[in-house]
Amino acid sequence: MAIRALRKGKWTMIAVATVCLVSLLAAACGGDDDSTASTTTPSGSPVGGIATNVGKDDSAQLTGAGATFPAPIYQAWFDDYNKKVAKNVQVNYQSIGSGAGITQFTANTVDFGASDAPMSDAEVAKASDVQHLPTVIGADVLAYNISGVTSLKLDGPTIAAIYLGTIKKWNDPVLAALNPGVNLPNADIQTAHRSDSSGTSFVFTDYLSKVSPEWKAGPGTSKAPNWPVGQGGQGNEGVTNVVKQTPNSIGYVELNYAKANKLAFADVKNAAGKYVTPTIESASAAAAGVTVPDDYRVSITNASGDASYPITSFTYLLLYKTTGKCSQQTPLADMLWWMYHDAGAQQTIKDQNYSPLPASLLPRIEATIKSLKCDSGAKTSLKGAG
Amino acid sequence: MAVSTFGRPARAAGSLKNRLKPGDWTFTGLTGAAALVVILVIVGMFYELTRQSWDSITANGWSFVWSTEWDPSKGIFGAGAFVVGTLITSVVALVLATVIAVLVALYLVEIAPGYIARPVSYLVELLAAIPSVVYGLWGIFVMGVFIRDHFGPVVVNHFSWIPFFDGTPLITGLFSACIILTIMILPTIMAVSRDVIAAVPRSQREGVLALGATRWEMIRLSVLPYARSGILGAAILGLARAVGETLAVTLVIGNSVKIPDNIFSPAYTMASIIANQFPEATGVHKAALIEVALLLLLVTFMINVVARILVWRVTKGQRVVVEE
Repeated sequence: MAIRALRKGKWTMIAVATVCLVSLLAAACGGDDDSTASTTTPSGSPVGGIATNVGKDDSAQLTGAGATFPAPIYQAWFDDYNKKVAKNVQVNYQSIGSGAGITQFTANTVDFGASDAPMSDAEVAKASDVQHLPTVIGADVLAYNISGVTSLKLDGPTIAAIYLGTIKKWNDPVLAALNPGVNLPNADIQTAHRSDSSGTSFVFTDYLSKVSPEWKAGPGTSKAPNWPVGQGGQGNEGVTNVVKQTPNSIGYVELNYAKANKLAFADVKNAAGKYVTPTIESASAAAAGVTVPDDYRVSITNASGDASYPITSFTYLLLYKTTGKCSQQTPLADMLWWMYHDAGAQQTIKDQNYSPLPASLLPRIEATIKSLKCDSGAKTSLKGAG
Repeated sequence: MAVSTFGRPARAAGSLKNRLKPGDWTFTGLTGAAALVVILVIVGMFYELTRQSWDSITANGWSFVWSTEWDPSKGIFGAGAFVVGTLITSVVALVLATVIAVLVALYLVEIAPGYIARPVSYLVELLAAIPSVVYGLWGIFVMGVFIRDHFGPVVVNHFSWIPFFDGTPLITGLFSACIILTIMILPTIMAVSRDVIAAVPRSQREGVLALGATRWEMIRLSVLPYARSGILGAAILGLARAVGETLAVTLVIGNSVKIPDNIFSPAYTMASIIANQFPEATGVHKAALIEVALLLLLVTFMINVVARILVWRVTKGQRVVVEE
């Protein structure tokens, strides 16, 4: 273990040391609780011929790094898995950003990476052995602060025009036509955007590029585009603060954040011409309205389907297809199987205001996890997968 | 002799006839190694930053330094706006903070009675212990809102005839960043200035007073000239913090890639762009951010050289005053 730690550098060493300390403490004061926990857990029923708690006897220290957006749900999963299923599997997830996650994954310094946007073709070519695996779905919502207005409807070209600065006033005829009966004020629109580069901005601008040729030719799709107008806020909390403190403002934040902070947010017209309120269900529906390719690398913004909310995205785990070491890859694959199949694990997604993958994707996810190999293809990773 | 090659302490030991030699050798080696480490760190930083930003240096050339267009999605990188933002915020903060700090220091040393001086200087020093994230959050939740709703409108209404004093006050922008930085570097400059002013010999003050000078004349003629180089040194310490300050500035400056056209417009600093974009950057974008870091190191280096020349000249000037 010491050699592994040295290879991965100082932070891993500290992390491993911390994990060791924690596991020592747990072993010292755990006692009988651990054994009863594994018998009372509801998981374990076989799915696709494989028990959901197949990894209960695994033992490993796994290290992952990447996206900050799904970090809360990953943390919850890894803790639950450790407490309820495999008490000897410890996962250390560092939420250092998607870009840094891809860098670490490519440099083989982690057991898995995580990224909001899929890796580009060039990045995939560099990493050679990457398997993308979508875990949950996130949605960007347009939060607003207009005195007296409690419902707002927007469509894609209008959102683009607001963020391009071509629609300047809330009582613009275009906005009035979308919102009959709503008393929009004669006031300047104050737009708010992320000032740090983020997957949230990437999804938002990806959507705007699809629905507005002007946006595509102008700022384009980017984690940190050049915003023509508006104020920048640092992180979701920064944008929220600008929206809360600025009358007549609008800003985009993640659904789970908007819900936790009780912000008012707009219904957005989807590709089928229906106005959809962003919810856990409408974000899941978007993923069902898209043809997902074999490597899962796909944008699901502006998805078809009546119930689809249009500004959504997958967030991915980055896995080694064949080159992972069996000592790490097997416990990882077992844990992944649990994440997608355990009822409690799937409920955690909704509790944290993320959206689960649509049921139609599950068979393909199962096949992908079963196909993972380790020690350069010598063995199948997942226990019981033959 | 070998001893003589090792600077002053070793030579002094030589006069003690070999008795302290092993200890001194160890000490010389230890201090020398420590000094060498510092040099190695600086050289290593230059080397590593240059190496890792090479993709960007070759792709963007010299125009990187002054071009103000920065658009990662199109692969266009120019750090001009960040250099300007860093220079404006740190120089404005430096001037404001130095003036206030010297006034506070003079009051504490020359005028205030002990029961006021002690708690006040303690409170000012306490400012240095506040984490920068707290300054930043206070900046956007309290100070920024005050600037937008109260201070800004007054300035724009009455002083918009002064260049750069027009525009729309926002919560975040150049002005907010300057004020936050001023508050953050104030304690450093104040504490050092106070000690330097207190170190001015009593006899010098008494001499000027004996000639019939008022308190202000005494300060102007005997205290300030004597303390000038020390105050300048204090200012340089403050400037170093202002140039490198990241978190608080990132929160309040508005992070907009353009040359600011008025005191309230959002701007960007070199440290902020690195903090904002590095975690999500790959390829040339990452190399460009590392080149910004290299540029920041060079700017800091140049500021230090200029400051050293200034101190040098001022201390020369001081000798003239003393000779008069």
